This record gives sequence, C-alpha cells and structure tokens, in this order.
Amino acid sequence: MGSTGGAPGIARGSNQHKGDVLLGVENVSLRFGGVKAITDVSFDIRKGEIRAIIGPNGAGKTSMLNVINGFYNPQEGRITFRGKTRARMRPSVAAAQGIARTFQNVALFKGMSTLDNIMTGRTLKMHSGFFWQLLRHGPALREEIEHRRFVEEIIDFLEIEAIRKTPVGRLPYGLQKRVELGRALAMEPELLLLDEPMAGMNLEEKEDMCRFILDVNNQFGTTIALIEHDIGVVMDLSDRIVVLEYGRKIADGSPDEVKNNQKVIDAYLGVAH
Amino acid sequence: MFYREAGQFKTNYADDMAIFPILQDKIGVAVIIAIAFIAVPLFGNSFFISAVMIPFLVYALATVGLNLLTGYTGLLSLGTAGFMGVGAFACYKLTTAFPGVNIIVWILISGFFSAAVGVFFGLPSLRIKGFYLAVTTLAAQFFLQWCFVRIPWLTNNNVSGAIEVPTRTLFGFAITGPNALPEVRYLVVLSIVTVMTLAAAHLVHGRIGRMWMAVRDMDIAAELMGIKLLQTKLLSFAVSSFYAGVAGALMVFLYLGSAEPDVFSIHISFLILFMVIIGGLGSLIGSFMGAAFIYILPIVLRYLPESLGFSVSPATVEHVNHMVIGALIIFFLIVEPHGLARLWQTAKQKLRTWPFPY
Repeated sequence: MGSTGGAPGIARGSNQHKGDVLLGVENVSLRFGGVKAITDVSFDIRKGEIRAIIGPNGAGKTSMLNVINGFYNPQEGRITFRGKTRARMRPSVAAAQGIARTFQNVALFKGMSTLDNIMTGRTLKMHSGFFWQLLRHGPALREEIEHRRFVEEIIDFLEIEAIRKTPVGRLPYGLQKRVELGRALAMEPELLLLDEPMAGMNLEEKEDMCRFILDVNNQFGTTIALIEHDIGVVMDLSDRIVVLEYGRKIADGSPDEVKNNQKVIDAYLGVAH
Repeated sequence: MFYREAGQFKTNYADDMAIFPILQDKIGVAVIIAIAFIAVPLFGNSFFISAVMIPFLVYALATVGLNLLTGYTGLLSLGTAGFMGVGAFACYKLTTAFPGVNIIVWILISGFFSAAVGVFFGLPSLRIKGFYLAVTTLAAQFFLQWCFVRIPWLTNNNVSGAIEVPTRTLFGFAITGPNALPEVRYLVVLSIVTVMTLAAAHLVHGRIGRMWMAVRDMDIAAELMGIKLLQTKLLSFAVSSFYAGVAGALMVFLYLGSAEPDVFSIHISFLILFMVIIGGLGSLIGSFMGAAFIYILPIVLRYLPESLGFSVSPATVEHVNHMVIGALIIFFLIVEPHGLARLWQTAKQKLRTWPFPY
C-alpha cells in the first residue's frame, strides 16, 4: 500500500491482475438463536475485481459483510483473507489487515467535521506517542501534516473540498455517503466493503457514486465488494455477482450469467406454486 | 467588523491546523492570558484572588478533565470528586513522606495515582454505557470517600481526620501553608491550569482526540477504523482522572489549606458535571465558561445588591441567589442545550457576518 512518507501513494495505476483470490468464504453458516441468517455459503473475491452481493430483503447480505469484517463470528465455516484463515476475529483486527467498509445507514462521526472524519480513517497509520501528542510538536505535528496531505488528496478525489470544515451532521445524505466512502478510503484498504452505497440517492448522485466506485477500483486497485439493490447499477459495475436468498447462495457468476439464471428470476419475481 | 478572517490566507497545513487558526482568536487569547498573569495579581485584592480566582481555576481544571471524558469520549462519570480526593491525599502522603522534593512535582505526580484509580473504575465502561456507567462511577465516588474517612493512614493518623497542609516553598516563596501569599498561590495555580489546558487542547486536536470523539459518536464505526475501544476509553479515564487528581491536589494545597474528607463529596461531582453541561460538552473554552457560570456568578450576585446600595438581609440575598441561578440554568439550557460554548460560537458567527444577517 502507499506509504505516508514523501509523495502520498494515492495514484497507483491499475496494473492489478484480476485472478488471485483475495478473500475466500467457505461453507459459512451464521445463526442467531433459532434464526438462520446465513446457511452454508461459499464464494470468493478476487484481487482487483468489483464483486456484488445481491438478493431480496433479508437474504443475509449485510450479515455476510458483518461476518467478513469480524462483527459476527460464524458458527461454521472459514474465512481466508490474503492467505490467512481465521475463525474468530475482532473488527479492529480486520481493519488492521486491510478491510474497510461503509454502512447501509450512514455511520459517520456526527459531531466531527468532514476533515476530522476522514483523518480518523488514518488512525491506524499514525504512531506518534502520547507525550508528543500533548506537545503537538515534533513527530506528532509532522505526522499530522503528512496525513492531512493524504486526506486532502482523498477530498480532492471525491470533490468535497467545499465541505471539509463542515460538521458532517449538517450535510445532506448524498454527501454524507461520499464522506463515508472517503473515510473508508483513508484506511488504504485492500478490500473495501460497501453496504448499499447508493441507497436513497437520486439519479445524479448515483451516477457520481458509480464513477467514484469505478475510479477507486481503477486508480487505487482496491478490491470492492458491494451490496446494492439497484440492479441496473449492479449489472454495469460489477465483474461478478453472488445472489443470496434466505441466507443461501442461489447463483454466482458474471452479470450475464446471473441475469439469465432461472433461480434468480424466481427469487426476484416470485414463482407460481 | 473586527472579527473577520477575510484576507487571512493559509498557505500550509500547519497554519490551517493550528489550535487558533484565526488571528483575532490568537490576539484574544493572548490578551486574556496577559490579564490573568499580570493584571489580576497586580490589581486584584486578596479576597478576589484567593476566594474567587483560585477556586475558579481549580474547578475549571477539574471541568476540563471531566469534559475530556464526558464531552469528548461520551462517558458519563459521577466520580470526579473521588478522583480529586485521590490526588489530594496522594499529594499529602507524598509531601509528608518526602518533604525534600518540590511540591509542584508531587502535585503533578499525584495526578498519576488518580489516573490509576480512574482506569480501575473505568474498566466497566467497555460493557456499560450512559446512565448505567454513571451509576458504576458513583460506586467509585462512595468507595473513595469511605476510604478517605476510614483509613487514618491517609491523613497520617491526624486526630481531626483532616489534611493540614504544611508549608512548602518554590524559589524561596512559600506557595502552600498558612504563610503563602494569595498572589503567589494564584500564579502557581494559573500556570499549572494554563499548561494543562494547552496540553488538553493539543490532545483533542490530534489523533487521540479524534479517537475519543469517534468512540463517542459511533463506536461501531470507530472499531472498524481499527480503534480499540477498551484502550481508548481507559486512556480517556486515565487522562480525565489525572486532571481531576491535579485539581484535587491544587484545591487542598493552594486553595483550602486544610481539608476534611467530606470536601470531596458527591456534591462536588455534581457541581463539576453541571459545569461541563452548562459550559458545553466537548469544548475546552466551555469548561471555563461553565466553571465561571456556576462558581463566580453566585458570588457576583451575592455582592451585587450591596454594591448597588440596596440593604437586603444576607438570607434574602442567598434565597434570591438560588432562584436566579436556577432560572438562569433553565434559561440557558432551553436557549442553547449545547451550552455556553455553542452560544459563544453563534455569537462569533454573527460577528463575522455583521451587519448582515448571513
């Protein structure tokens, strides 16, 4: 990943070869008491691709993301990220390994400015000690300026310069979503999980967001897994799609394959019994 | 008109991220500090210095400490007075055990004892939030106060059960004990409070402050940024209790001169929490405003009728005082629930656009 010293490593070109498996989900089952949220789901996410997870409401899509970044620990199954297999983990460990995410209903730090929100995404990359922080001098100040420079590049990239000092609680919904994306990008993640990045947006905002997602994928080579209900968007953006229904995987493949899959059509349109 | 930042262009990030990025703010703070350090000791009488300014500064320091915990990290605490007591008793034990070491050193070190106790009582904060956490810190308050009363070792087996502050000097001036001049004590308190407030401002503007606020605003998202919740909350408890401990030591050594254990009662904890809320959660300048509002305003009101030439009985003044303060608290909380600091922010915004409405 880009280093923080010298020129920030934000422009990296898209020389990623799609192919290596970045994240593998094997036979994962998740239960809450008697409720089966996910049953025996397996799929993989390859390096550099945009992978969509779709399905009707309550299919277990968000639960799946929560399993991937360590919020929920599945009762069965294994998750392999960058070759390392794990059964249980804390979200903060997932963050340290390079998994970032955004939330379905925006989860920004409401009392802080846009700038501070995105700076918080750099927390893991900042190391200056407590006593330097007290003085705000030497390494602490240098580090603060270095990361500010990096954050400004993200602000540039997302075209939110005008609101950098505005408390995010005051921003309209579309911009909040964009700031949240910026905060996730500030972590320089290997894998970016987007939970309904376009929910509640108008057409123009959706188009903007699509452009940002494609640019993130192209310019930074970030692997993206996204949940989205707008099928048009999903078909256009993603390289491969997983379809869940009632916690089970019913289809997996390229947009064209999924589009013509009878099970998927049944799941979305209903089927006569 | 005078408060415009137009024309003040920032050409590097360091300037833009300064604690006071606007020139007028810098000048204002410099003027206030100059008045506090020079004008007050020169022109203030000894009552004003020792009964108004010193306790105000001590309360302001404790309020800054609690604000770091409650305002910035979102953890409610009612144990502040207990933690202040730990600082005061630790300082007393240390200075009587090692009289040779300078008292300033002991005042600051006693903060670490308070921080350790604060961390211990902060442990439940990982699982318990909001009002429930307030109740667990209440346990700290009662337990610590019980210790101060019941453990005679803490007061060196003094028969009265109270701390009697010995005389200690700095550069040949007595700064504690009965012979210390109010001006000297004031300058010592002011220096410590200024330095510690500046340090707090540095903390909240940096990585640690952002971690605290992230935990306050959305702990789930904070965890996903890689912030470890328990460590962050305990750090907040430690720093907050450190401030409370130093404030407690200053209170006994440089303000009261002697202290019975019930000085550190739940009443003080509530008072400091009110100062935080009235002043503004998550604002350092608000901490000073809150402390001034709760501590100085009653004193002003008490002497106001007399100085205006009305002859009112002291009891009546006291009753009216309570009513006025109570009404003002309600008034301010209705007008601006975010405290005096937000009122100040709004006023600054108005000044910026004056004479136009926006």
